[in-house]
Amino acid sequence: MSETPVDADEVRHVAELARVNLDEDEVEAFTAQFADILDYFDALDEVPEVESEPDLVNVMRTDEVRDGLSQEEALQNAPESEDGFFKGPRVS
Amino acid sequence: MGANIFITEETVDGDDDGPLAGTTVAVKDNISTEGVRTTCGSAMLEDYVPPYDATVVERLKEAGATIVGKTNMDEFGMGGTTETSAFGPTENPVDRERVPGGSSGGSAAAVAAGEADVALGTDTGGSVRNPAAFCGVVGIKPTYGLVSRYGLVAYANSLEQVGPIGSTVEDAAALLDVVSGADERDATTRFDQSTDAHPAEGSNYAAAADGDVDGLTVGVITDLLDGADDRVVETFEDAVSDLESRGAEVTEVSLESLEHAVQAYYVIAMSEASSNLARYDGVRYGLSTGTDGNWNETYAETREEGFGAEVKRRILLGTYALSAGYHDKYYKKAQDARAWIKQDFDAAFEEADVLATPTMPVLPPKLGESLSDPLQLYLMDANTVPVNLANLPAISVPAGEAEGLPVGLQLIGPKFGEETMIRAASAVER
Repeated sequence: MSETPVDADEVRHVAELARVNLDEDEVEAFTAQFADILDYFDALDEVPEVESEPDLVNVMRTDEVRDGLSQEEALQNAPESEDGFFKGPRVS
Repeated sequence: MGANIFITEETVDGDDDGPLAGTTVAVKDNISTEGVRTTCGSAMLEDYVPPYDATVVERLKEAGATIVGKTNMDEFGMGGTTETSAFGPTENPVDRERVPGGSSGGSAAAVAAGEADVALGTDTGGSVRNPAAFCGVVGIKPTYGLVSRYGLVAYANSLEQVGPIGSTVEDAAALLDVVSGADERDATTRFDQSTDAHPAEGSNYAAAADGDVDGLTVGVITDLLDGADDRVVETFEDAVSDLESRGAEVTEVSLESLEHAVQAYYVIAMSEASSNLARYDGVRYGLSTGTDGNWNETYAETREEGFGAEVKRRILLGTYALSAGYHDKYYKKAQDARAWIKQDFDAAFEEADVLATPTMPVLPPKLGESLSDPLQLYLMDANTVPVNLANLPAISVPAGEAEGLPVGLQLIGPKFGEETMIRAASAVER
């Protein structure tokens, strides 16, 4: 059994953080599956600390104005727009 | 009934001349095509039409290729069977009762069924090599940074690459010649200010498919044979013996860290996914339920409706792994495992020029057989995910058949060692 058992409330809490509504069947299924999966992930405890250098380097370029998407193109996939802006739900 | 290979069948003609003139290409549906919808196999993006082409698609058009359609895939690349697609599963052309593998199942099936000469897939943890193995075709996962990811709809940025699929090693390699190279829109393809420094400059991947393995050392990774199906191992070992008879030297290598590869891969991929997929808010593009609630309510409802079960599972587990109190336990340890795996590969390449494993530890499962137990499905990726964690190139090439089903042999090359790996793979198919 995992050292960090997951219960239904924890699944609901994470779903809320991730902004994904779940129905009760999903909560039940995920609770059981997450217990299995996290139990398996717990074996990462055995991994030693490893020093490593990142493979990637910062790549700089001159900051120049160039063409981007037009306003029309940027809005073409928006479910709703108004006066050339995205229209979203009220924030509170 | 078709095999459900394409989500959208639409022909896009390329330029008149070029190395791919007269060649048909199928493109995975998470690669942006200007004016042609790009769904990622998700209801969330069912009506999404990109306003621009991915760099790899621009390169296909400039090379004269004809794009024949956008191929079916596991939703956002999350799966290994193409069964998590919101558009229904794809059938394996070799045996219509079986899965084609995934997540680029439609792309591999298109090539196997002759619906396209070659195809592009994407590989985050094996998603090009797995379906190539299950459909009996060739698939290449390039070194991280060899091919531009600009216009690829992101799932796990630090792991994924666009990769070619073909009927032969030479066909797949020729497609890699076209799509590889530096791109100023993807900084991970740039090593300094000069494009000349990119490893694709001056390389010729298709020409490397000359079958000459005389004097090449092939290291068999013994750790990845133990958990594999006996029939797969037998076919794999026959193919390795065949390489030996062509002049290759075969040796055994062991990488202790690989025991943790699947764990590390899923923690990292899910964490990156939870962040990447936050963009699907129902405002700028994609599905919107259009209800009257406030921002957070509408956002959460849209995502309940738009995402399938596997995508929700990965977003939630990724959110959990990055949340306060668990970050050090999961995400940080997964990064340690990733660094350890890289070190183990570096050591293995001191003993061998290329490394060999079966691509998949199992034969292609029957449709509907594997979705009920997500953890078992994750374990099917044991042989492919180490390559993505170590940023290395790998190729899956048909090794033969077991029970009439294709078995893939995976060859792993050192960083930017695509030519050596392609050379060895071309000897396997002869």
